Amino acid sequence: MSSKDTLYQTFVEKAELVSAFVTNIDSEEAAVDYVINLCDKKEACQLLASGCEADLSEKAETLCDAKQTKVIAAPGLKSDLYETLAAKSKKSGFDCIDSGMRKHLAGIDIGFTIAEYGIADTGTMMVDCPSEELRLATMVSEYHVCVVPKSKIRANTYGVEKMMLTRMKKTPNYLAFITGASRTADIERVLALGVHGPLELHILILEDQ
Amino acid sequence: MQKADNLKEYRKELQESLDNEFLRTTLDNFAVAYKAGRANAFKGMDVRSLIDDIACSKDAAGENFEALYKEFKENAEAAGIHVHFAKTGDEANQIIAQIAKDSDCKKIVKSKSMTAEETLLNHDLEDAGLEVTETDLGEWIIQLRHEGPSHMVMPAIHLSRYQVGDLFTEVTGSKQDAEIEKLVKVARRELRQKYVEADMGITGANFAVAETGGIGLVTNEGNARLVSTLPRVHVALMGIDKLLPNLHDALRILKALPRNATGQQITSYVTWITGANECLSAEDGKKEIHYVILDNGRSELLKDSLFSQVNRCVRCGACANVCPVYRLVGGHKMGHIYIGAIGLILTYFFHGKDKAKNLVQNCINCEACKDVCAGGIDLPRLIKEIHARIQDEDGHPLPSVLLSKVLRNRKLFHTLLRTAKWGQKPVAEKDGFIRHLPMIFSKEHSFRALPTIAEKPFRDWWKDNRPEVKKPKLRVALFSGCVQDFVYPEQMQAAVELFAANNVSMEYPMEQSCCGLPVQMMGEMEASRDVAKQNLRAFEPDAYDYIITLCASCAAHLKHNYPKLVMDRPALKYRADAFADKIIDYSSFVNDVLKVKKVDFNESKEKATYHAPCHLCRGLEVHDAPRQLIEKGGMEYVECAEEEVCCGFGGTFSMKFPELSAELLNKKLTNVEETGATTLLTDCPGCIMQLRGGLKTRGSKIKVRHVSEVLADNSKKK
Repeated sequence: MSSKDTLYQTFVEKAELVSAFVTNIDSEEAAVDYVINLCDKKEACQLLASGCEADLSEKAETLCDAKQTKVIAAPGLKSDLYETLAAKSKKSGFDCIDSGMRKHLAGIDIGFTIAEYGIADTGTMMVDCPSEELRLATMVSEYHVCVVPKSKIRANTYGVEKMMLTRMKKTPNYLAFITGASRTADIERVLALGVHGPLELHILILEDQ
Repeated sequence: MQKADNLKEYRKELQESLDNEFLRTTLDNFAVAYKAGRANAFKGMDVRSLIDDIACSKDAAGENFEALYKEFKENAEAAGIHVHFAKTGDEANQIIAQIAKDSDCKKIVKSKSMTAEETLLNHDLEDAGLEVTETDLGEWIIQLRHEGPSHMVMPAIHLSRYQVGDLFTEVTGSKQDAEIEKLVKVARRELRQKYVEADMGITGANFAVAETGGIGLVTNEGNARLVSTLPRVHVALMGIDKLLPNLHDALRILKALPRNATGQQITSYVTWITGANECLSAEDGKKEIHYVILDNGRSELLKDSLFSQVNRCVRCGACANVCPVYRLVGGHKMGHIYIGAIGLILTYFFHGKDKAKNLVQNCINCEACKDVCAGGIDLPRLIKEIHARIQDEDGHPLPSVLLSKVLRNRKLFHTLLRTAKWGQKPVAEKDGFIRHLPMIFSKEHSFRALPTIAEKPFRDWWKDNRPEVKKPKLRVALFSGCVQDFVYPEQMQAAVELFAANNVSMEYPMEQSCCGLPVQMMGEMEASRDVAKQNLRAFEPDAYDYIITLCASCAAHLKHNYPKLVMDRPALKYRADAFADKIIDYSSFVNDVLKVKKVDFNESKEKATYHAPCHLCRGLEVHDAPRQLIEKGGMEYVECAEEEVCCGFGGTFSMKFPELSAELLNKKLTNVEETGATTLLTDCPGCIMQLRGGLKTRGSKIKVRHVSEVLADNSKKK
């Protein structure tokens, strides 16, 4: 097996260990279809795993009420890809946005982003997000769908160190390692996903063209 | 938080924890799960060398902290960040309150920061009229309860889902179930609103990278990303211990931190912030960012040749995860603000002697924390050193003064022991136990029976029975330690028999005395040093191939502490190094040096389990030798659960904290009984005293013996 395949396999194995959903795709259009399909199947508001009927304080309720339709946020995509996504979203009855994330802090359904690198030994996505819109899309979404080209998978964090430094020195910079969904074990050490950030992380590995 | 004025009050607080069923079960389950999780997370990695590398790089960073701070500040400022230096916690809090005032902030969201706990930041901000909300779930819970964290990484580990459910019912004003998944979602929605309203975000930092002037944050929930993104002002509070020269050093620590903290390969989010970032709610579109770098005693610490290693701490909390005492009493009793082993040390330096004086005595010296520390800090040693310093400042308690006096004078000590033999006559039973506890013990000590002093100490037996070995293949010296000399001489005799049969010639230097560990445990460093000198003079290390001791605690103390104790005396240090090199424990000597074989022993087929003494498995890193000897010696070895966890003896610890000692012993014996073994073997007379005494009180039939005894019994060479 080539070293590239080994890296890929390690990456998938480690990402799945932390409950990420990993899928192979052969084109960027396939990623768009994945997002539309996922949004379609998804319950309207997963935030309400406790049920919309669950009582909250008034302020928190108000914030929730602000959200009416399903929203896909994809800031920072190249324009043709964004247009394809926007068109398909419209057809399916979803809102598609690439800015104005602060108006959607109650939560959006899907944040769609592209990672710079994948890190195999921990199943991590390295997402460079100096843009606030992009950053928020990866955080306030209930599902985060993140694409990484297969050729961009590196063995470990040392393998991305040089790239990180280049970016960090072009300040300001805001860079993140994202591994699995947001999680906590603060109550009785019981693992619960999606405490502040996404409830699910979907990783799409794009085959090399 | 630690409030007790004296040891008596502190013990009362400890008892409250012991009576808390929920806490005990949670911490028990955690302790067991943690070990498995950690081992799995580090699988296939060279953990030792990773820890060594971290220690080296953190030491260098500590030595260089002034230059690193300068570089960090320059790079951060060049990227548009305001950098402040705070000498004390109060100063840091004032700086932050002022920033809030100057930038007209009213509402603050915080992500978890132990440094902010250290400075009690929330109190000062609230006093300044600001609304502060913790967003880390555990931190939010304890904030709502007006408590401090009880664990560095899991601050609310002491609370049940029902307590959290009730709390959230109060907060939301409507009834909440005690279902964890739902409670987490309630927090998600309630806190989301807080982010929206906040104008200032406060975080800590796990890394302050000098070469970039940026920080790194390690979180699982993702709240640090929201806190550092949504509000228009971001303040990061961090100690100077977070300074690192470059990104590589940070990435290296990141390999160990989550694995050691929670058994995760990496946390869900690691966030790297460099420069004043985009902020769409700020007028100029840029976030106002302030770094507040805190000293609060750290630079003093860095100047201390022994305590500078504290700078290596990466706040993973692993020292609490493996601490048998933490496991019994939880973080509120095993720390002030910082908890666990590192907490005892930091409490002294950050919060003062009064807060630390009781806490530092609550270390059983099992070395589990040292073994697991991501920075390789010698935590037990530092805790003992602080104990000694406090006693030097506050005066020494009478029992430890007396013991020091006695141990410094071998003849007096041995005379006292010989006299005790006569004194115990009226209460001594034929089975080797004392019938009633002597008056000096209160009833809390009745969890274990105490042994009688032997009829004839080993040193007297030796004079009459010393074997002559004609053609010796090895020459060794024996170090008996007090317990095997005066209480259990039969263990030494068994070793002598086997050694002679294997052509080992032996010396027993008569001037040897107690190893000195008991006084060191009581914080009597001077006495410990004097006793060490006495023993170093008694032995001529060059004359022997090995110096053997059957007591794991003596062995570890002689090997590791003697050279440190006489460090300031070059001639003696040389001797101590040579001495330490020759020290070996019984099992390693018989298994690895003599290489005895299965055919040398009769098979008894008896089922035996093992208790690994702390100072053997961790102190000397001996794991396989005794277990192999049990099998070779003709017995059937059955593994016991938590075999390498402390039995609760800890020498003088069991006298000072009998309630804790009893609980540790209880757990150990339950595990032993569950193996179905009829014999329990170990390599330390102190452990034997504890285990045998406990089993006697339980009325158990399980025999407790030193490995040397069964090997002598089953040996074919007589």
